[in-house]
Amino acid sequence: MFFENRLAAVGLLLIVGLVAFSFLGPLLHPTDQVHTDLANAYAAPGVEGYALGTDGVGYDQLGRLMFGGQTSLIVGLAAGLLATAFGTLWGATAGFVGGWVDAVMMRVVDALLSIPALFLFMLIATIITPTVPMLVLTIAAFAWLNPARMIRGDSIALRSRDFIVAMRGMGGGSLRAVRTHVVRNAIGTVIVNATFQIADAILYVAYLSFLGLGVPPPAANWGGMLSSGLSEIYSSHWWLVYPPGILIILLVLSFNFVGDGLRDAFEVRLRKR
Amino acid sequence: MWQYILRRTGQAMVVIILVTFLTFLLLHNLPGGAARSALGLDATPAQIDAYNEQMGYDKPFLIQYMMYLGRLASGDLGFSFQQNQPVADLIVQRLPKTMLLSFLAAFVALVVSIPLGAIQAVTRGKVPDYFVTAVALFAYATPLFFLGMLLIVLFSQTTSLLPPQAPQGFGLGEILADWPGLILPVATLAIATLAAYTRYVRSSMIDNLQENYIRTAKAKGLSGGRVVVRHALRNSLFPVISLLGMYIPALFSGALVVEQLFNYPGMGLMFWQATQTRDFPILLATTTIVALATVIGSLLADFAYAVADPRVRLSGDS
Repeated sequence: MFFENRLAAVGLLLIVGLVAFSFLGPLLHPTDQVHTDLANAYAAPGVEGYALGTDGVGYDQLGRLMFGGQTSLIVGLAAGLLATAFGTLWGATAGFVGGWVDAVMMRVVDALLSIPALFLFMLIATIITPTVPMLVLTIAAFAWLNPARMIRGDSIALRSRDFIVAMRGMGGGSLRAVRTHVVRNAIGTVIVNATFQIADAILYVAYLSFLGLGVPPPAANWGGMLSSGLSEIYSSHWWLVYPPGILIILLVLSFNFVGDGLRDAFEVRLRKR
Repeated sequence: MWQYILRRTGQAMVVIILVTFLTFLLLHNLPGGAARSALGLDATPAQIDAYNEQMGYDKPFLIQYMMYLGRLASGDLGFSFQQNQPVADLIVQRLPKTMLLSFLAAFVALVVSIPLGAIQAVTRGKVPDYFVTAVALFAYATPLFFLGMLLIVLFSQTTSLLPPQAPQGFGLGEILADWPGLILPVATLAIATLAAYTRYVRSSMIDNLQENYIRTAKAKGLSGGRVVVRHALRNSLFPVISLLGMYIPALFSGALVVEQLFNYPGMGLMFWQATQTRDFPILLATTTIVALATVIGSLLADFAYAVADPRVRLSGDS
């Protein structure tokens, strides 16, 4: 089912490729990404063995892309998965318990959703010091809201289904219902949503870096490299701008393709995102 | 109908109160405290204590929050010591500019995405559908600031057709007088929004094209174009009204990035600068106002939808 969607297969291959590039690449192309080398700053691609040139402080750009890819992938995956897990639990509980508990839980979701994401991120980021775990928590702190809403919808629909009513008639409790029936039946929605959440999280990392709230150097991520490359737009250092930009686009596209493929595979009712 | 309006308004009020509480709670934990950020690093502990007492920051959290709500209700948004101006004045200057940017972008995105989405639905599974989907996905996957930069390279650096900087000016009149400067920022925000809008119009249109009334219309002998435009498209546009409401937060987020990239003197840029200097009153007020605008906007969109489509207000839970 999944591989009938050719784009999804391409997306999966791309993700595998980008993961290999970021995590295995440094083994084939070892570079120093800690010490600056100002004598060799802004070397053009191909010059002196720098396949993609160097940046403003002399880091090998190809090696830096591998190194930065690790952070982008880790933060994207961790934040996307954390948000999905938390959102699923929140939404399933709200939808299944219903009543005033549901009302309170969902008004909290509404309230957080009405603060535009980037404003919320920046508020949190003025309070915390940006490190990788903090970046993950910051992004997840916003990203769980949409999965929560979605799963709540599923869980309300499931609540009145015959097999749940039957289970209740046989004396099963709410906890058992959420655990064995609601979460299992909503698993398709959850997995599909997780892939889109990962894609969004990767973009959010980029935005946070652009707004000056990324992880400080010598750490790197594609978004940070892209946004610091923006200041090179009037000089002709194209290799500092386009490669990280293209890699972000590829990664986000891949996760979207895979998400679409999974949705077809799970036959989840087409959702309007 | 009135019951629906009352219930949604009640929900919105609860949401607004919750937003003010959450923002206040978040900023209450600002490192160094509001006094330090207002008085600077050289302030003595005695000065900080005096400031905290004067502003009521030495009171318990809940009392402070109640005082804040009271001031908010009377339109007092606080005073920015760094800008030496009441925050309300700053917001009155800046908000209309952000609204202008966002409205223009939403308008352009809507005008382009309705025909595009309709074309996609009609040619579903054929080349034009795939082509538009691909372009929209690319637009979605491209970070907004990268997209903006590509437009700057294309239209100002290489061809110098358009200015790379947004209009600078105090009032809306000055901004509008320098309209060529608005084209790139609006285009950037519109392209990013377009991706979501076309996807939505397309799927809404596909749903409608499968309805019985479309088959009836065709069976009556109406021409294909007439069925699509008069029947399917008109009905597909109802959900788009609520989409406009749903996308207000995304627009504001986008405006934050675009204002920063093009140096457009709106509320997003002011907010960004306030995060850099930890200007507590501006952060608090801007977040509250933006959230308020979002809640009111989506409330209005829901009402408009309910007025346009009676099925919504009868179906109950949203």
